Amino acid sequence: MSAIVSVKNLRKAYAGGFEALKSVTLDIEEGEILALLGPNGAGKTTLISTICGITVPTSGTITVGGHDAQTDFRAARALIGLVPQEVNLEPFETVMNTVTFSRGLFGKPRNDALVQDILVKLSLGDKKNSKIMTLSGGMKRRVLIAKALSHEPSVLFLDEPTAGVDVELRKDMWNVVADLKASGVTIILTTHYIEEAEAIADRVGVINKGEILLVQDKAELMSQMGQKQLKIELAEATQTIPKALAGYDLVRSDNGLSLTYSYDTKGERTGITTLLGDLQKAGLQMKDIQTQQSSLEDIFVGLVKETA
Amino acid sequence: MNFNAVWTIYVFEMRRFFRTMTQSLVSPVLSTSLYFVVFGAAIGSRIDEVEGVSYGAFIVPGLIMLSVMTQATSNASFGIYFPKFIGTIYELLSAPISFLEVVAGYVGAAATKALIIGIVILVTAFFFVDIQIAHPFAMIVFLVLTCISFSLLGFIIGIWAGNFEQLQLIPLLIITPLVFLGGSFYSITMLPPIWQTVTLFNPVVYLISGFRWSFFGTADVGIGVSLLAITFFTAICMGIIWWIFRTGWRIRQ
Repeated sequence: MSAIVSVKNLRKAYAGGFEALKSVTLDIEEGEILALLGPNGAGKTTLISTICGITVPTSGTITVGGHDAQTDFRAARALIGLVPQEVNLEPFETVMNTVTFSRGLFGKPRNDALVQDILVKLSLGDKKNSKIMTLSGGMKRRVLIAKALSHEPSVLFLDEPTAGVDVELRKDMWNVVADLKASGVTIILTTHYIEEAEAIADRVGVINKGEILLVQDKAELMSQMGQKQLKIELAEATQTIPKALAGYDLVRSDNGLSLTYSYDTKGERTGITTLLGDLQKAGLQMKDIQTQQSSLEDIFVGLVKETA
Repeated sequence: MNFNAVWTIYVFEMRRFFRTMTQSLVSPVLSTSLYFVVFGAAIGSRIDEVEGVSYGAFIVPGLIMLSVMTQATSNASFGIYFPKFIGTIYELLSAPISFLEVVAGYVGAAATKALIIGIVILVTAFFFVDIQIAHPFAMIVFLVLTCISFSLLGFIIGIWAGNFEQLQLIPLLIITPLVFLGGSFYSITMLPPIWQTVTLFNPVVYLISGFRWSFFGTADVGIGVSLLAITFFTAICMGIIWWIFRTGWRIRQ
């Protein structure tokens, strides 16, 4: 796969001196879904705004489909669709008109059939003649997506598309994103919801304080950095951890009925077999065992804490 | 040049004009008709002819200019300020269009609206007073140039304004007084000599005078000077817009 969006040494310092982006370098592969995770004020929106042309970079280069976003901005921007974080819509216009307006801004001729098709896919087919101000919050968000898709972009930026959206609509959005990916659109989304990245992303980027901390394949990231826990439930409570088991760093529950063992999945030897043997030798009877894998959230919180 | 985008903005803005027909068209026509009734019929009947023209007819070019200037300014300033206010400006900034195309769309629409209002007021005037247009072509040129130049000025105000108060500030505190004192309702020869000299510093005098010349063939200042003034004014506005375009002032962070 080749990079459809390439950002090199991108820096953005605002007039007041605040450095929102510090030399960000990032390649976004064609056809992937990249989730950008980061706490509030990390620079996610600034990064998207700068790539899309809303904010002027202080230094660095951005290319979209091989076109420089500064010197060849028409060709670069023509490939991009943007769904902003805030629900910014002209309240007195109809859905159809506002989506058609977006298409026209990108120089494309009016195409009611295509716009209608987009609206139907976003469950807005029966709302095309409704005024924006009469729509619910969730519908307005879908209108924003329809606007971004109206000019058939190759790259779609979704800036926190599911912030403040109910669970059902969030799942709908994920389906929309999956359909778009299937049609070949490259998707970059920022999110606060780690489960969102976990559910739909191919790669995950973590950004904090204007710096990209890592960008990695999601599954690889989780297997490399993921810790697993083995929870052993005992038939009878134990008051102390037997000395023979001291080397395993077991954590005893308050009631003494379970012991938790943490191990690294990337390690060649997990130590589980010897632990189970040693438990029996120590005279502890097992009632049940279960494993838990650490979530992306744990990885994310760990990374952000490191840079804090 | 992204003509589709310019046309899209133009149509979108014109739709707003027709959607708010009462505010856009009926209100300026009504207020102008009231001017005709008060100044033309009631007070005007007691005023002698001004420069060989009945007072009712004399104020027609001034009234048209008053409406066209204020409407062009307010329409253009609101047109670009509103997307800034509600946040939809992100679309204009992230679309493959140049700032010049954005200006063409918004200023084109604002100038068209002002032109429509100007023509409707002119037609309304025919119902109240007997007027003839001595130089129709020059009248159209002056009218169109005024619509464009004041729409450009309005666009600059809309970009500059940080809130609705600022949006109203320049039209209310500067443009309206300049238009009223620029000879809308009187010939500047009616003023004492000292005020005649002071008035010449008011740029609107040249616009109204030139426009009035196109109706009656007489003017307070030479027609060449009037044309030069409106060209100069348009050029200054374009220069400022070009600078905004270069620097992204108040638009792009």
